[in-house]
Amino acid sequence: MTEASKGLHEAELSPSVIDRHRAIVSVMEELEAADWYAQRAEATADAELRAILQHNGDEEKEHASMLLEWLRRRDAALAGHLQTYLFQKGSITAREGAEEDSSAAPEASPTSSVSSSDGSLGIGSLKAKK
Amino acid sequence: MMNDLRRELAPLSEKAWKAIDDEARQELGVVLGGRRIVDFTGPLGWTAAAVATGQLQGLASAPAEGVCASLRRVLRLVELRADFELPRRGLDALDRGAAKLELDAVRSAANAIGMAEDRAIFHGFPEAEIEGICSAAEGSALSLTRDYQRYPLVVSEALGRLRTAGVSGPYAIALGPDCYKGLTGTATSGGYPVLEHVRQLLGGEIIWAPGIRGALVASQRGGDFELVVGRDLSIGYQDHSTTSVKLYLQESFTFRVLSPEAAVPLVYR
Repeated sequence: MTEASKGLHEAELSPSVIDRHRAIVSVMEELEAADWYAQRAEATADAELRAILQHNGDEEKEHASMLLEWLRRRDAALAGHLQTYLFQKGSITAREGAEEDSSAAPEASPTSSVSSSDGSLGIGSLKAKK
Repeated sequence: MMNDLRRELAPLSEKAWKAIDDEARQELGVVLGGRRIVDFTGPLGWTAAAVATGQLQGLASAPAEGVCASLRRVLRLVELRADFELPRRGLDALDRGAAKLELDAVRSAANAIGMAEDRAIFHGFPEAEIEGICSAAEGSALSLTRDYQRYPLVVSEALGRLRTAGVSGPYAIALGPDCYKGLTGTATSGGYPVLEHVRQLLGGEIIWAPGIRGALVASQRGGDFELVVGRDLSIGYQDHSTTSVKLYLQESFTFRVLSPEAAVPLVYR
């Protein structure tokens, strides 16, 4: 068991929390491995070994991305933040300021956006959740 | 980035756009009954044109010897559009601090397009190749009378049909204006509101749906009725003059009934 896997801090946890823990720890391990590969690739003088290490490091990033998506589908808050920050241009910190401003203004909620990027009124489904 | 709705070209302030969008949203929230019953897929975007059905239509002529041809059957999306015009004087007054903007034209357009969507969902839209729930489930329809005290009996029978067909709940009922009015204004001989009796029988929602004639009892388990939306209801800019601004409400969608047995129409005969 890795150090990270020893991270359960409570005894009575639901299966979903434990599964999310497994995924979070796995993301940590994958990104840590990518970090190690990047360091070793930079350090080695052997070009062929460097190529292999870079390839392996990229695979770890793929694994981390798959796990992140699995987490995103199960964590609405995480999904919201990823939606705000990922694949955007410009200043990341300025985006945080804009996000906080908009969440402070009630009229800027997703369903009542003045001019959403595509002009939709954001009606969507009105079916009650089961 | 501007899309084909061209909202950025309209001579409207953010405040005016917000007032218009909010008014449309409010009216649509009231008039759209179908979306409270059926599954919603999308929005798939303005470029979405059709939904795959998995069906093939064999072609009689062979393109070459030993070669046969078939066409994929698809459900094409229909575009609905409701134009409306607003006087600029009122919009300018709003920007100067007027408390209220006269937005009857927005409400009227929203009501029209919402009713059109609901009628397609409940009663179909043949030209758009849409079969509505009531048409698809016509074979299991039950008769209604204006005696609203008898309504719980009819609803019980409808629920019995659904259960017999193996359709699980929760169940909901969509009520047209006449049914809703009749039910809300009627009590049992013991003084208990009939509407509450119906609610207890269903275990699900009672939905006001002005686009339906009669009523419909349907399962809300999911997977039975699907509204597929390309562009969800949106407001675009058409044109303006010195005195007015022309806008439009627009959406694209199709609708399909996957399990007709999951609904029982209640019809006035």
